[in-house]
Amino acid sequence: MVNPNYSLARGAERALATNKVLKNTYLLLSATLAFSALMAAVSVAAAVPSWMYLVSVIGAMLLGIFVLPRTANSSSGIGVIFGITGLLGFGLGAILTLYLSLPKGPEVIATAFGGTGLIFLGLSGYALTAKRDFSFLGGFLFAGMMVVVIAMLANIFLALPALSLAISAAIILLMSAFILYDTSRIVNGGETNYIMATYGLYLSIFNIFVSLLQILGIMGDE
Amino acid sequence: MELFGKIALAAVLAMMLLFLWPAFKQWQEQGPKAGPGDWQSVVLPLVLVVGLVVLLIALVR
Repeated sequence: MVNPNYSLARGAERALATNKVLKNTYLLLSATLAFSALMAAVSVAAAVPSWMYLVSVIGAMLLGIFVLPRTANSSSGIGVIFGITGLLGFGLGAILTLYLSLPKGPEVIATAFGGTGLIFLGLSGYALTAKRDFSFLGGFLFAGMMVVVIAMLANIFLALPALSLAISAAIILLMSAFILYDTSRIVNGGETNYIMATYGLYLSIFNIFVSLLQILGIMGDE
Repeated sequence: MELFGKIALAAVLAMMLLFLWPAFKQWQEQGPKAGPGDWQSVVLPLVLVVGLVVLLIALVR
C-alpha cells in the first residue's frame, strides 16, 4: 500500500528543490547580467573596435559548448559562466559604441533595453504562473535554431539586409519561446542545475537584446 | 566584414549546426508531443511579443 505521508513528503521535497534552483538561477542571472553590463561599460569607455564583438561571441560560444557542460556541476562552473557573460558583455560594448555614435543611437539602445526587460519579465511571469509544461516546444525550438543558423550562415556571404531583419525577428520569437521552455523546465524539475539554467536564460536575454537593437536600428532609419 | 572574420564566423556556425544536429534528431524522435491547447498557450504570449516589438518600432520612428 502507498504511504500518503511518504508521497506528501516527496512532493514537498521536490517543491523545495525546485524553489531552490529557481532562486539560485535568478540570483546568478542578476549577478551575470550586472557583470555583463559592467563589462559593456568598460568596453564602451575603452572604445573597443566593432570586430571585438565577433571575437567575444566566438570565444563565449566555444566556452559554452566545450567548457561549461564539463564544469557546471562544480564551483568552477560559476567562474566559467561569469567568463562567458563577461566576454559577451565586453563584445556587446563594441556594438553599443557604434550605436552611441548615431544620432538616435542612445534612444534605440534604451528602447531595446526596456523592451528586452519587458519581454523577459512578462514571459517568465507567464511561465511561472501558468504552471504549464512547455517541454513539447523542444523539437520546435531545435528545428527553429537549425533554420536560423543555416540562414545566418547563408547571410554571412549574401549580406542581404532583408534577410538580416527576418533573422533578427525569428531570433526574438525563438528566444521568447526558449524563455517559456527554460522557465517551465526549472519549475517542473527538468533542469536541476542552476548554472545551466542561468546560461540558457542569459543567452535568451542577450539574443533578444541584440536582435531588438538591430531591428530598431534598421526600422528607426539608423 | 573582413574575409577572415566571415570564414571564422561561418566555421563557428557550422560547428554549432553539428552540435545541434544530435539534439534536434533526439527531440524529433523522442521529444514530448503537444497536447490539446498547448500551442494556444504559446502562441498568445508570442503574439504579444510581436505586438510589443511593433510598438517599440513605432516609438523610435
